[in-house]
Amino acid sequence: MDPRLRRILPRVQKPARYTGGEYHEIHKDKAEVELRCALCFPDTYEIGMSNLGLRILYHTINSMPGVWCERCFAPWEDMERELRAAGVPLYALESGDPLGAFDALGFSIGYEMAYTTVLNMLDLAGLPVRSDARPALLPLVFAGGTSCCNPEPMADFLDLMLLGEGEELDNEVLELLRTAKREDWSKAAFLQAAAKIPGVWVPSLYRPEYDERGAFTGLTPLEGAPETVTKRIVADFEHSPFPTDQIVPGTEIVHDRVNLELFRGCIRGCRFCQAGQVYRPVRARSAETLIAQGIASLQSSGYQEVTLSSLSSSDYRELGQLCDGLLDYCVPRNIGLALPSLRADNFSMDIMRRVQQVRKSGLTFAPEAGTQRLRDAINKNVREEDLLESCCVAFAGGWNNVKLYFMLGLPTETDEDVLGIAKVAADVLQLWREHAVNRARGVRITVSTSCFIPKPHTPFQWATMVTKEEYLRRVRLLREAIRARSIVYNWHDAETSEIECVLSRGDRRVGRVIETVWRKGGRLEAWSDFFDHARWMEAFAACGLDPDDYTLRPREKDEPFPWERVNMGVTRRHLWREWELTQENRLSPDCRAGCVGCGARALLGCCPDHDLERGGETHA
Amino acid sequence: MLEAGTKLRLRFAKEGRAVYLSHLDLMRTMQRAFLRAGYPLKYSEGFNPHPVISILLPLGVGTASVCELMDFSLTAPLDPEALPERLTKAMPEGIRATEVYTGGRKVRELKWLRVEGVLEYDAADPAALCAPLTDFFRQARIVIMRKTKRGEGESDIAPAIRELHFTPGDRCVRLQGVISAQDPTLNPEHLPSALRQLAPNLAPDFASFTRLEVYDAEMRPFR
Repeated sequence: MDPRLRRILPRVQKPARYTGGEYHEIHKDKAEVELRCALCFPDTYEIGMSNLGLRILYHTINSMPGVWCERCFAPWEDMERELRAAGVPLYALESGDPLGAFDALGFSIGYEMAYTTVLNMLDLAGLPVRSDARPALLPLVFAGGTSCCNPEPMADFLDLMLLGEGEELDNEVLELLRTAKREDWSKAAFLQAAAKIPGVWVPSLYRPEYDERGAFTGLTPLEGAPETVTKRIVADFEHSPFPTDQIVPGTEIVHDRVNLELFRGCIRGCRFCQAGQVYRPVRARSAETLIAQGIASLQSSGYQEVTLSSLSSSDYRELGQLCDGLLDYCVPRNIGLALPSLRADNFSMDIMRRVQQVRKSGLTFAPEAGTQRLRDAINKNVREEDLLESCCVAFAGGWNNVKLYFMLGLPTETDEDVLGIAKVAADVLQLWREHAVNRARGVRITVSTSCFIPKPHTPFQWATMVTKEEYLRRVRLLREAIRARSIVYNWHDAETSEIECVLSRGDRRVGRVIETVWRKGGRLEAWSDFFDHARWMEAFAACGLDPDDYTLRPREKDEPFPWERVNMGVTRRHLWREWELTQENRLSPDCRAGCVGCGARALLGCCPDHDLERGGETHA
Repeated sequence: MLEAGTKLRLRFAKEGRAVYLSHLDLMRTMQRAFLRAGYPLKYSEGFNPHPVISILLPLGVGTASVCELMDFSLTAPLDPEALPERLTKAMPEGIRATEVYTGGRKVRELKWLRVEGVLEYDAADPAALCAPLTDFFRQARIVIMRKTKRGEGESDIAPAIRELHFTPGDRCVRLQGVISAQDPTLNPEHLPSALRQLAPNLAPDFASFTRLEVYDAEMRPFR
């Protein structure tokens, strides 16, 4: 360990997040390593180590002989101050070596508010933040993660972006880099070659175009770069790698448990939900495989809790079988089984009852909108009867804690929809009065609203946000309509949502805003401790950009978007059709009820159908 | 073989990168390591069962130790000879199980702690510091301000020091000593803290400590 670090660590909060040395950390003999890669997560250790994607890629990359993949997370402000004061560059946890000594730095960017932290980590590593200021091939700075589905805002900083799932793609890129390093290629030659790998987006090979009024008019591919780049998926998810010997952090992290991934994608197609669109097509693992992975992970980690993760666990066909199989192992060993992302229906409640043999947690439902009309318009296939029936069962079963999540500012929302949220909460409370088994314990119903953001690659990419003032008016309207003392109302601020919207929809000019904010001290802005809306507004002004142009301007049907040349599987034609259905308050069927032809199935390409059916999913 | 439910005491070391694990981190790490090694810890009864484990003298973050003690029971019979190696394999870097035994003495009989420390001086001459350091800690009263649960308070640490020896090293002074572990508790970090407060010219630029052994009131090794 760097002797300077030894002096710093006792002074900072939770120093164990900066030391590495956890159980199952991977070490390799440097003498036998040809290529060194650091997976960088632009948030704290506790958040980053809770990210399943990072954990999977750590193992798939380390499965390459001669390649050593390490980890690096963003330091908290006290640690950053100490590192800068002592002149210690940001380092990877396994070896303690500075990031500048690595061949490749791969950032996992799952949310846009992490953008300034990416710049800050590069700077802490002693590297220039802009790609064109790093003329050497090494270290190559790349990124993956959902945020890359609009590559433009971060285009000036990253050498490469990897679209979609990284299990195969990351290794292909690193293999090419290994060759390039051995043969001493120029950075330009490497980027040219990398652009030929499906799923690789090279930002410098696309030139953004604007008209005389400054409106974005498209991206021009340069030097033979592909017209569009299609995201990669792991077609055979059943057999795709799932590490059961994952790192067990010594210090507490956010999701401190075994995390089983039931399936990728979502059959639902909620029109506001980016994840539900861009992770398609649906691919599931069999219950048999998941039970084996769960037991092996519990044994090798010593964790006392296992959670089932997916976008909508109730839609997993073999959920009952999976829960029973895991409970057989967990109950006698005092191991908890957590089931987030359940839908409000009877089947799910039956599962919940079985799962609660070990520990009883709160119940969370996300009706998203307050009236059936609006739930239909956003294609949230939840009926109020289902929600109320589920709460009935829950209260009768002894639960007394229900959380309800909604959005405000959804397209077509009226005051009637806003007030509908209060009515749903009041109905739930009334049900508790009628069905609670132990009324003396009281009840707690939490209503939370967030501000709708029209995300790229969703049917609502043509929609606008409401103004911050209008959002707050709706918050007040709802707050005044919620009377009961046992209903708690929390709302997210609209200022973060506004910035998140600009960052997710932005063109390349927004990169200048990101850099300006970072230079003024912005980082870790997913934390309210560090988010500063005024600083963003000053940066927009300094860069001559108007955030309203990204958040409030309605879009034309054929208007080019900065993410136009990224193909996440779902076609623009389908998204527009869904946007039209929104105006008519019409639902679309889920993938099981009938294929709506979203286009994602084409991503499966050469994968034979029987392989898909193994996991329980078929598409018509 | 020891039968299930026997009260057991583990002696272990916490060194290297593991010194930065807090007491709570260590408790969690222990629970998980026992499970990984296939040793089923005995759980408490009640609404929210948890493993009954107890670490005798919680160790400060940053301090190393080769003499930590932890009490626990298992729900399965145990071969105590096999435990140290098997448990160590299930531990993160820096934690090493050294011995497990029955018949551990009562915690309140634990009194003295042998520590070694490295006082790092970036500029001063270590050889010239040993004598004044020895004199400083031989004073009849060494009253420092220390943080307690009830806020800041004055405290005389002199009675908690049984012996302290200083020898010069490379840009450092090595400390060997025996200090009071309980009644009163003296955290070795209070030694450089006393220097910073009362003799700043002797204060090191950095200090680190290792617990070497624990004793009872009669200086017999505590087991």
